[in-house]
Amino acid sequence: MPHSTHATSPIIGVLALQGDYASHAQALQDIGARSLLVRTKEDLAHVDGLIIPGGESTTFLKLLAREALFEPLQQFVQTRPTFGTCAGCILLAKKVCNPEQRSLGVLDATVERNAYGRQIDSEILTEETSLPGGPLEMVFIRAPRIAEVGDRVEVLAWRDGAPILVRERNVLAATFHPELSEDRRIHRYFIQMVEEMENKGHLAQLKQPPATKPTRANL
Amino acid sequence: MTDHKNNGSGSHGLRLKVGLAEMLKGGVIMDVTDAQQAEIAEKAGAVAVMALERVPAQIRAEGGVARMASIKKIKEIMSVSSIPVMAKCRIGHFVEAQVLQELGVDFIDESEVLTPADELHHVDKHAFKTPFVCGARDLGEALRRIAEGAAMIRTKGEAGTGDVVHAVKHLRQIVKDMRQLTVMSEEELYAAAKEHRAPYELVRMVAKSGKLPVPNFSAGGIATPADAALVRQLGAEAVFVGSGIFMSDSQTFAPAKEAEIRARAIVRATTFFDDPKVLAEASEECTGAMKGLAIAALDASSMMQTRGW
Repeated sequence: MPHSTHATSPIIGVLALQGDYASHAQALQDIGARSLLVRTKEDLAHVDGLIIPGGESTTFLKLLAREALFEPLQQFVQTRPTFGTCAGCILLAKKVCNPEQRSLGVLDATVERNAYGRQIDSEILTEETSLPGGPLEMVFIRAPRIAEVGDRVEVLAWRDGAPILVRERNVLAATFHPELSEDRRIHRYFIQMVEEMENKGHLAQLKQPPATKPTRANL
Repeated sequence: MTDHKNNGSGSHGLRLKVGLAEMLKGGVIMDVTDAQQAEIAEKAGAVAVMALERVPAQIRAEGGVARMASIKKIKEIMSVSSIPVMAKCRIGHFVEAQVLQELGVDFIDESEVLTPADELHHVDKHAFKTPFVCGARDLGEALRRIAEGAAMIRTKGEAGTGDVVHAVKHLRQIVKDMRQLTVMSEEELYAAAKEHRAPYELVRMVAKSGKLPVPNFSAGGIATPADAALVRQLGAEAVFVGSGIFMSDSQTFAPAKEAEIRARAIVRATTFFDDPKVLAEASEECTGAMKGLAIAALDASSMMQTRGW
């Protein structure tokens, strides 16, 4: 069963095809959130929000296509709370370059892969964000760069004039790896997003019955 | 771009190195010898490629001194890959490592597959900004490499054989060594550190967490989807596949189409390592594994895994 202290709190899925999904699951556990590793569309049906972790975006794409998970995932991210870090951010963008590749196309942004160089150019920076609590440590690993964003995208943090943490409606994306730092503010912010959207959903229309039987428990 | 002033010894440096290893978890790192193979590997879903002049099966068959790959070869492979590129240096050959760092490879494998350049010392990996992966057969060897600055361990199988038996043996050994530490008392840990010939601080860390302080991948002799899933189920966090994808036997490359199918099936089996239904499908897709070389028939002097200490 998913780890939790509150049986009614939302279940956060972590896409676990490849990458640092275990670090995200740990981050969620640290803040007392329930999590579920997602590898199939059945898993996806049980979650209230989804994290697409860091890893290799090309590998994600191959596996999504092969497992017929691309379309269900695309449908999910249209309306449900989704948070992508690094490769996850690449997957969520409308347009990807260097090289051009397929994406879920839900975040109105152009993302350039490996834009800061190779591993030797990876960095840990501490930057201001719009979140309360002061500067935030950010781990950039072979990071992509958000080259352009649409008008409706809210930029929550910048690095040298490029957005690095953005939100558009139900989608949150970071070009760095909050899961590799101790600071859990961004994961908390995402849980808030999920809860807010759930509450709105309650008011707007009858909510679908809650998922009761997650199949792939975390850790 | 390549700014070397910031070497890899600080805590930031080590976190970045281990961070890249974290990104590779759950994936397959494939040995490639040219741009075409690198493209096949990426298309099949590899998380990284290892740029080589010859794969281990060829090195084993041809003999001679095996060194770092030619720069031209590495650059050619880097130019077509959007995923991380790794390359091997000889054990203790810190100048080959300097050259690889200068080229900007994303990971350096200080590898027993190449002929060792130093009989006593491994490379001081803290002195580099580029992360290193090293092989190990038991916990002591793994912790000695981590003490020297390795950001990833791969348990050593016998490279270039297509026989998974030693990958299994050494993975089980490391897992067992770790489990034993977790039930020891404080005093026993000092003795265990001595026995493992490893720094006490690292031994204590493993005793507390039950796992290595860096990701633990598996390598050597993995040739089929089931092999990949086997080492994953035994605790490896990702797999290296060398000769098993692109070779038919120790001297002949498999046809590109066959290699691609094999690569794809192994990637799938690595992700769904605990789902027998997917494993059955992946095994069915995958035709014609490398012929291989039974390790039991090898004499000890031709083993690569005993290099390094």
